Amino acid sequence: MTSPPPQLRSQVIALYKNLLYMGRDYPKGYAYFRDRLKSVFLKNSGVKDPDQIKVLIGRGEFVIKELEALYMLRKYRALKHRYYEKDEATTSATTSSSDKKAPTKTQ
Amino acid sequence: MAASKGLKILVGCKRVIDYAVKVRVKPDRSGVVTEGVKHSMNPFDEIAVEEAVRMKEKKLAGEAVAISVGPPQSQETLRTALAMGIDRAIHVEIPLAQLEKLQPIHVSKLLAKVCESEKPDLVILGKQAIDDDCNQTGQMLAALLDWPQATFASKIEPSQTIDVSVPAVVTSDLRLNEPRYATLPNIMKAKKKPLAKMSPDQLGVDLQPRQEVISVEDPPVRKAGAKVESVEDLVGKLREKGLVK
Repeated sequence: MTSPPPQLRSQVIALYKNLLYMGRDYPKGYAYFRDRLKSVFLKNSGVKDPDQIKVLIGRGEFVIKELEALYMLRKYRALKHRYYEKDEATTSATTSSSDKKAPTKTQ
Repeated sequence: MAASKGLKILVGCKRVIDYAVKVRVKPDRSGVVTEGVKHSMNPFDEIAVEEAVRMKEKKLAGEAVAISVGPPQSQETLRTALAMGIDRAIHVEIPLAQLEKLQPIHVSKLLAKVCESEKPDLVILGKQAIDDDCNQTGQMLAALLDWPQATFASKIEPSQTIDVSVPAVVTSDLRLNEPRYATLPNIMKAKKKPLAKMSPDQLGVDLQPRQEVISVEDPPVRKAGAKVESVEDLVGKLREKGLVK
């Protein structure tokens, strides 16, 4: 089987670096995130088929979007809880009025 | 104001302890622990930066400049602003010794001086910093410049009836927008954007402290509550405390 094109390799490395960078804000801590990220990438390191690799890269980019959404929601809820009264309307999008539980600080 | 060129916006950013960090008071009670603690851009300033970038994307603004008053590490905060889409940044560097004594009055004087040379049409600031919760800089700046101010803004748009005429100072509210995340590729690209450094002396502002911090303490520990077995018990306890006759 032919080895995958070099630009895919650099894409994978860039994806890894980007995810690692985002791991710094992960609620369970950077070390936790980094270890899991490393093991997942290691597990898939044997994949040679370019189409398969592209699918996995797409999955990684999806995770980046999920993390962005997680971080934004967490921050929004924390600030809303700290600075605004329970019933005060602060919405432009995310929370509903039934959402009363305060987020727990994890770091 | 040249409508074709768009507004020039100045955005203030402050480097603060990250919102998710559990803040600890120093043993000598002089302040909180900042060494080795994660810092990031004040969340309300992120909203201000996002608004400026969105106005640029909508072609309402022609140029967005970020400014930060703080220690050398404030450069990282400015880099985040640049990564979000700001064009260039200004860093007014405060030596570490004077940092703890810095108050909104000093910051607003520094910003006012910069406004004299930069001549922005709109200044957007976060409504308050999550570390000192002063909620003063925006209002003070507007007073110093004698510009109209619109605080706790939940929406900024041009309209037929001009509610606030430019130049003006606006402070951002949580509702205003959801800031984008500054990803690593954008941070790397931001390194190419201009970042100018200034000192308070250059701006001719005196940083004499007007206030003195006497002590910093933890909030009082919540006293343990008591569980009661019955309604009579509850009423009895309330009577004891003199809350019920």
